[in-house]
Amino acid sequence: MSSFDFEFSSRRGIITGTMHELAVTESVLNIVCHHARRAEAKRIMSIHLVIGELSSIVDDSVQFCFDYLSQGTVACGAELVFERLAVRLRCAACGHKWQPGTADWTCPDCGLARAHIIAGREFYVDSIEVE
Amino acid sequence: MSPSRIPVVERIMGANKQLATQNRQTLDAHGVHCVNFMASPGAGKTSLILRTAESLDGRRVLGVIEGDVASTVDAEKVRDAGLPVVQINTGGGCHLDAAMVHRALSELPLDAFDLLFVENVGNLICPVAFDLGEHTRVAISSVPEGDDKPHKYPAIFTSVDALVLNKIDLLPYIPFDVTEFCRLVRGLNPRIRIFEVSCVTSEGLDEWVEWLIERTAKA
Repeated sequence: MSSFDFEFSSRRGIITGTMHELAVTESVLNIVCHHARRAEAKRIMSIHLVIGELSSIVDDSVQFCFDYLSQGTVACGAELVFERLAVRLRCAACGHKWQPGTADWTCPDCGLARAHIIAGREFYVDSIEVE
Repeated sequence: MSPSRIPVVERIMGANKQLATQNRQTLDAHGVHCVNFMASPGAGKTSLILRTAESLDGRRVLGVIEGDVASTVDAEKVRDAGLPVVQINTGGGCHLDAAMVHRALSELPLDAFDLLFVENVGNLICPVAFDLGEHTRVAISSVPEGDDKPHKYPAIFTSVDALVLNKIDLLPYIPFDVTEFCRLVRGLNPRIRIFEVSCVTSEGLDEWVEWLIERTAKA
């Protein structure tokens, strides 16, 4: 098929990664430090995150990770504030909008399975409070 | 100085997304269609990859990226089947990200392939959030896992192009309501294609492989 083989790739070393919470926390830290620097802030007091129900599982462990990673940065001591958004759907067949209570996403109005996700995938840093 | 609020509105996965877009451009430039396989541990990701490679029977030239927390067990199986493979060990990490795939791509002779399969780390949650630069996302569920997965992990079903329900040869022995399972999955994702297969008896494999070939047909 090709002259390429597995030995060749493993000689270059194994590619390694990080834990999920760590990856998310690093990303949040990069984003907020960048914005704080631009605003010439001395300190970030709080970080407001918007997290849809369908996006990554993010819980208190992120604060723990954040406290560790942010040492020595402008974000050290900042409190993470989570705003969680529920899933909202719109039926592409009849236009009905609703918030599902279960994994049954068939439209409660017309009974068809044509749900379009209008909210619940959010995963972003909304704002920071600085001084 | 009193505190002031600065609007940020920046996606947390933005950096990953950017790198994923680069990966997709690299793949496109080499004419390679990339498929990201996501499933629980033991659902049959490696088996499906190997059986699909067999069924493709030379109609597409395939490379594989194997993602695992540790070990090269799966990569060795894939290599033994004669497929070019790069192993990514996440070292405890629960998912692949675009940066890992970016490095793996640089180790593969992309010009030699039409198709690249990425076997993600066995997990129904974390991999969903990380775009790798793939063109097609596939989830695999298997009969022994039970039919409650759409209730427990709805997000993965909303994010994929196709779902392979594997190990259907075990349906006579395990309570699994296929009709209700498929109804829920289609409710979560009206555009999803569902394939019921058995990697042991080969049932349903042809339909899945034909879909894949059609999807990767070059314009």
